[in-house]
Amino acid sequence: MLGGYTYGELGSILAMQGFAGFSLFSVLLLMALGLAIIFGQMGVINMAHGEFMAAGAYTTYLIATLTEQYFPAFMPYYFVFAIVVAFFVAGALGYLAEFALIRHLYKRPLDTLLATWGLSLIMQQSYRSIFGAREVSPTLPEWLLGSYQPTDTIDIPLNGMFVLVLTAVVTFAVFYLMFKSRWGLRVRATTQNRVMSGAVGINTNKVDRYTFALGCGIAGIAGAAFTTIASTGPTTGTLYIVDTFMVVVFGGAASLFGTIASAFSIAQAQSILEFFISGSMAKVYTLVTLVLILMFKPEGLFASKVRR
Amino acid sequence: MMTKHNPFRCARTTLMTLVASVSVSLALTANAASLPTAEINTTGLAITDDTVTVGILHSLTGTMAISETGAQEAEKLAIKQINDMGGILGRKIEIIQEDGASDWPTFAEKSRKLLVRDKVAAVFGCWTSASRKAALPVFEKENGLLYYPTFYEGLEQSKNVIYTGQEATQQILDGLNWVAKEKKAKTYYLIGSDYIWPRTSMKIARKHIENVLGGKVVGEQYKPLGDTQFGSVINKIRLKKPDVIYAAVVGGSNVAWFKQLKAAGITSKKQTLLTISVTEDEVLGIGGENLEGFYSIMKYFQSQDNENNKAFVAAFKEMWGEDSVIGDVTQAAYLGPWLWKAAVEKAGSFDVDKVVEASETGEIELTTAPEGYVKLHPNHHLWSVARVGRWNKDGQATVVYESELIEPDPFPAGYQ
Repeated sequence: MLGGYTYGELGSILAMQGFAGFSLFSVLLLMALGLAIIFGQMGVINMAHGEFMAAGAYTTYLIATLTEQYFPAFMPYYFVFAIVVAFFVAGALGYLAEFALIRHLYKRPLDTLLATWGLSLIMQQSYRSIFGAREVSPTLPEWLLGSYQPTDTIDIPLNGMFVLVLTAVVTFAVFYLMFKSRWGLRVRATTQNRVMSGAVGINTNKVDRYTFALGCGIAGIAGAAFTTIASTGPTTGTLYIVDTFMVVVFGGAASLFGTIASAFSIAQAQSILEFFISGSMAKVYTLVTLVLILMFKPEGLFASKVRR
Repeated sequence: MMTKHNPFRCARTTLMTLVASVSVSLALTANAASLPTAEINTTGLAITDDTVTVGILHSLTGTMAISETGAQEAEKLAIKQINDMGGILGRKIEIIQEDGASDWPTFAEKSRKLLVRDKVAAVFGCWTSASRKAALPVFEKENGLLYYPTFYEGLEQSKNVIYTGQEATQQILDGLNWVAKEKKAKTYYLIGSDYIWPRTSMKIARKHIENVLGGKVVGEQYKPLGDTQFGSVINKIRLKKPDVIYAAVVGGSNVAWFKQLKAAGITSKKQTLLTISVTEDEVLGIGGENLEGFYSIMKYFQSQDNENNKAFVAAFKEMWGEDSVIGDVTQAAYLGPWLWKAAVEKAGSFDVDKVVEASETGEIELTTAPEGYVKLHPNHHLWSVARVGRWNKDGQATVVYESELIEPDPFPAGYQ
């Protein structure tokens, strides 16, 4: 019956496959969130987004190495601390990049594309010079390794659950910040009408800078979280950037809600297809479907107002 | 011809150096006199009375820099050691290094630069099959000499290339025999990255499993290069319950694959896994704890316990730092300059045709190779031993099986 499998076995596979889809969803969302904030609120396409993620990942690696050497007792807890530091390091780098580079190019969106791409090359080479060309992995605390077994046949990866929870926390924090705080109000006001916002006393330059820093900081969190599922090298960022753009563009460039919906549909399509056909073909079908949808709906799943 | 040595400069230094350099200069002159440059170099290569120039061509930037760093470090170490011994035919080796930048057309362009403009006597380089295929026409047209270090899919034999890594059958067949016998494996799941090397290797593995071992391949999967999501594939494997997972995933994907395998609860306690794409270099990124108990088939492991290897590991660490690790390809790259030296000395000439001819005699051998004994086959590949290593938590492997010396067979009948 059922090709030699019992209902129990098939049920377990179904559960684990469902989780694989959710896990991919959380990864895509966490990657795309920072980019979506920057692109959506400021119209800047940050080609160096992947490198800010790598900054977060390298920060985690550094903290792990230092902890291992000097405070071994702190090992089980360092990861949470590392995520916070990664946020601030990547955020500070983003703040600096905005101050030195991006703010001079706000009126020339195509040039920001080129400038941030150049920035990504500079950052990649810096990582190579500082950390070497080889890939590195932080030593992970025990509680992030292995799997949770609710029954004998089901294994749910702990690192996947961790990323899922982290993504939920970050997403809620972003929503709170954007739609419930004074600062979010200022950001939204600037997005809708820059001149008017300036006239009522909002420091729009400052808003821009902090938005950019926030986007980069979230990229840093994503980078830190991904050290649990993959390794970090100077060009790690380029592995993620295509998927990230795919999610943001498909979701509708300016909408956070669109980003979530888009990450969810891409992740589910990808993981379900991959289960039934080969990995390469699953990617091909996903991309073809995406292109077809974008042909008929060029503004993405959820279009919203973009600053002109 | 005059040597580069300048006696007036020496006069300014101490008497000791004066004596030393005069004697060195005498030795060089003597060598140049017994082996005049005009005789050992009839094709206009960059050779003077006391130097010979070679090229090193690896990726120092881009994705492949991760893997190729070790190879170029090993080549430099070998060249330094050869120079310390007095060089080749009385000539010190000088290096011109070019960056392939992980970009295949760049490899072709830089090869042309090294051969046409710099007139180097030999090139040590390339890593991926794609870069070798790109550079190959240039080497054949300009009649250059390339020492290629990576284990690869076979199906190639060029007059202008010496392959110091193992070809597919030398790596794959014995490893599979071992797992079939030792682990009583009947069913196999093949998974690899989606490009020529894993696909060709899997083709050979499948034929061997089905026709020779009488086993069954229950699944074959390829993932795009750089993909880091293995959740669905792992579930598929779980459904098939193979006795052995046979893996050739590379690069960043490799790390993600092993981390996620461990996170999914598939460890060596429950599952036998054999891979042909993990060396000590990769373990650095993957982390020993994620690999513990899994097996790799290679021809060299850093932990190999022999005098040659101990000396090599010590010298490598002294030159490149205590933390450096040495993988299979790094060791194979180290053999390149030594094999070239042996062939040049046998030929008594740097001319590419004569060096190739000497290499094809089947008499070029190295007794000092870290992997043990190697011999160059007339088909330009090395006789080598296949070794199965079991990974430990500290990132080093314990060798659990060693084959006999295997004859290289780049065009295996019945496997294509």
